[in-house]
Amino acid sequence: MDRRDFLRQSVFASGMALVPSFLKGMEFLTPEQLSGYKNLIIIQLSGGNDGLNSIIPISNDIYHRLRPTISKKATETLKITDDLAFNNNLKELRELYDLGEVSIINNVGYPNPNRSHFRSTDIWQTASDTNQYLSSGWVGRYLDANCQHPYQAIEVDNSLSLSMKGKKLNGIAVSDPNQLHRTTREPFFNSLANNTKEEMLNEDNQGYLYKTMLETHSSASYIYNTSKIYKTNVEYPQSSFARNLKTIADFIISGLKTRVYYSSLGGFDSHVNQLNSQDRLLNTYSEAIGSLVKDLKKNDRFKDTLILTFSEFGRRVKQNGSHGTDHGAANNVIAIGGSLKKTGVYNELPNLSNLDTNGDLKYTVDFRSIYATVLNNWLEVNDRQVLGNYFKKLSFV
Amino acid sequence: MDTSLTDKQIQHLYWRTGFGISAPELQKAREFSKKEIVNNLFSESRQKTKLLLDFGALLKDPRDLSREERKELRKLRNQKLLELNIVWLKQLTETKQVLREKMTLFFHNHFAVRLKSPRAALHLNNIIRKHALENFGDMLMEVSKSPAMLLFLNNRQNRKNNPNENFAREVMELFTLGRDNGYTEEDIKEAARAFTGWNFNKSGSFVFRQKHHDFGSKTILGKTGNFKGEDVIKILLEQKQTAKYITEKIYQYFVNEKIKPTHLKELTDTFYSSNYNLEILMKKIFMSNWFYESHHIGIKIKSPIELIIGLSKPFCIKYKDPKVLIYLQRKMNQTLFLPPNVAGWPGGKSWIDNSTLMLRLKLASVTLNDGVIEWHDIDNMEATTMMRQKFYEKIKSQMQRRVKATPNWENYLVSLNNKKKEELIDFILQPKLSYGAKTVTNTLDSKNTKNFIIELMSLPEYQLC
Repeated sequence: MDRRDFLRQSVFASGMALVPSFLKGMEFLTPEQLSGYKNLIIIQLSGGNDGLNSIIPISNDIYHRLRPTISKKATETLKITDDLAFNNNLKELRELYDLGEVSIINNVGYPNPNRSHFRSTDIWQTASDTNQYLSSGWVGRYLDANCQHPYQAIEVDNSLSLSMKGKKLNGIAVSDPNQLHRTTREPFFNSLANNTKEEMLNEDNQGYLYKTMLETHSSASYIYNTSKIYKTNVEYPQSSFARNLKTIADFIISGLKTRVYYSSLGGFDSHVNQLNSQDRLLNTYSEAIGSLVKDLKKNDRFKDTLILTFSEFGRRVKQNGSHGTDHGAANNVIAIGGSLKKTGVYNELPNLSNLDTNGDLKYTVDFRSIYATVLNNWLEVNDRQVLGNYFKKLSFV
Repeated sequence: MDTSLTDKQIQHLYWRTGFGISAPELQKAREFSKKEIVNNLFSESRQKTKLLLDFGALLKDPRDLSREERKELRKLRNQKLLELNIVWLKQLTETKQVLREKMTLFFHNHFAVRLKSPRAALHLNNIIRKHALENFGDMLMEVSKSPAMLLFLNNRQNRKNNPNENFAREVMELFTLGRDNGYTEEDIKEAARAFTGWNFNKSGSFVFRQKHHDFGSKTILGKTGNFKGEDVIKILLEQKQTAKYITEKIYQYFVNEKIKPTHLKELTDTFYSSNYNLEILMKKIFMSNWFYESHHIGIKIKSPIELIIGLSKPFCIKYKDPKVLIYLQRKMNQTLFLPPNVAGWPGGKSWIDNSTLMLRLKLASVTLNDGVIEWHDIDNMEATTMMRQKFYEKIKSQMQRRVKATPNWENYLVSLNNKKKEELIDFILQPKLSYGAKTVTNTLDSKNTKNFIIELMSLPEYQLC
């Protein structure tokens, strides 16, 4: 049974009197409201994905010359144009591309790139300058400025990334809604939450602890109960990444009032023998995305979904001494969605004959331009308020 | 005038200078005056016990090794980094030099360095410990010249005509003046030139490489000369802003996030005129009357390390697999030797999000009772009790597999067994109870002291010190 049928049978067709008890008092979206409720899924490929071996400048001599043992041959790839090809593990992505549901944005980065995983991840997650240390993330600041509840931004993982932490509100990290619910429903915590009145809490640290506890308590119950509405029957691969995307699909289709979802796939730090490891990871990524999109399409939610995939940096153009690549700079960002305004290859291909002093790709698109675009054009909020600065907008959504 | 402290004030002092105080220790401390207690803290920290770790094969030169051996070495390096974490955690828990270790923990976050090399990390840690209650200027100089800092902030790559400004920027922004406090981009550029030539040799000793140094004239913070790195550090220490910035951070860490300007001014003057003597500064704080005022007590969110040690220490908890301690640190977002970046852990409210909070609230039950908070209110119904038991059994079986911690309850309960409910609450929780906590604890049965203690430690109030 899909979500619509379930709701029609249980709620709307039979009148509110027959609402199942677990739905009472819950804020969730009816199918009518749900259509047009835009959401964003952010996927981080952690470790620095080698963009050049993902979306490959296949006709470029420099690419083949600088990577004698790890460049891909045309026959091993999925052709996009005469000059560009997908890694052949990105099969599902290629299918979406052919349907006009993918936009590839090349050369995304920032001035004075930092090549440390941690620092560059911080920069991407906080949307800071390279010399600026911010303690709030850009999605967190989106929550601060535009939302009322922590569950409006959910990270499907065990812990919350910096990107999801605002100054006033934090998003919610949940990998297993049942378990989160169970923990917060322990008799002791239940009793504590039931005996705490929000209006009695102070602004101090003690008040903050109680406030977070109450929010977790209510978000856990909201997420747990609301996400029961839809359980997918689309088949997903066995990976934990796919499991996380499946959880996101359940949330979206169930009608959670969540705007931003966040998840990550790790292991891309390919200093040694990168061909095998990266191919395997790209396959995991692509298969899971394929299932997610299929699921969303089946429930008519793909048109309201934008999936953004990034990595903290790209990798050096020249391969290193152990059939791998070292940390680089600019990289591609992939946007997938049912309502993209500009699809295909969004901008110029990486220029391999004009590298920086480290031998890395130079950026031409500031990653914060992508955030600004998504905030303004997709989530329809004030991007400057979130990013603190003006960034030129792109036109992919 | 020599005053005495209340129990709560003694606990306050011990939480801020260390990781709390045990019931028998508290009993002893009551006999002494404030001055005696404070002096005792300093004299116990007079000694400096270096942190030690056997690095084994890591001491070999990788160039003498085969490819396979180098791969093994990388593995060993990661393993040693974990061991280093555990070794320090053990020292923090067991040391008699509590204040010195707490100061080391503070400066571990001030000179926040994140490295793959456990040798460099340990070396830096011992430099900080050596100066932790002595002279900040000496600490800054030795830290700046350590392999850890030279590696982490790329001063090794900083060369004449090809400068790397990373260290020059951070030494001003994070280690001395503080962000946007009286220096310009030009000062950073010029300082970077002065730091050129700083390097270290194979054995890890500092070397000055003449041919990489820019001997030309530089102008830094209004002074002009053919400066070297040491001169820049001297110039930075001459700025009173440096004393103010360090004092601010110390005040926020040891006293209160909210700074009282009159206290800060007084402390800064003392620190600056003592030529950055940390013992004098710290003593002034702990000997003041205002440090013990109630609005400073029970308001600080414990860092994950404070929380873990605050629990492990009085219970002498043994972990069957010490890796669990790494897991807990990671889940609560503070792993020793792995600060998120050069700015360190931001601390305070940023420790808390929904996932870290639930783990923190569960931590006492997880380490002391296989994850179970056995909840007995006074009018318990048999049916709900049975349901609860079932629920608890399930948690228990999950946790036993995971954490495998053995607490020493006998040790902890010495002199606590016959305490009244209110006394236990006062001893275990530093802040005043919230309305919700009061309501819940009123319904709790304190006859089972063990369960009652776990319940108290599962309250949000226990997250504060």
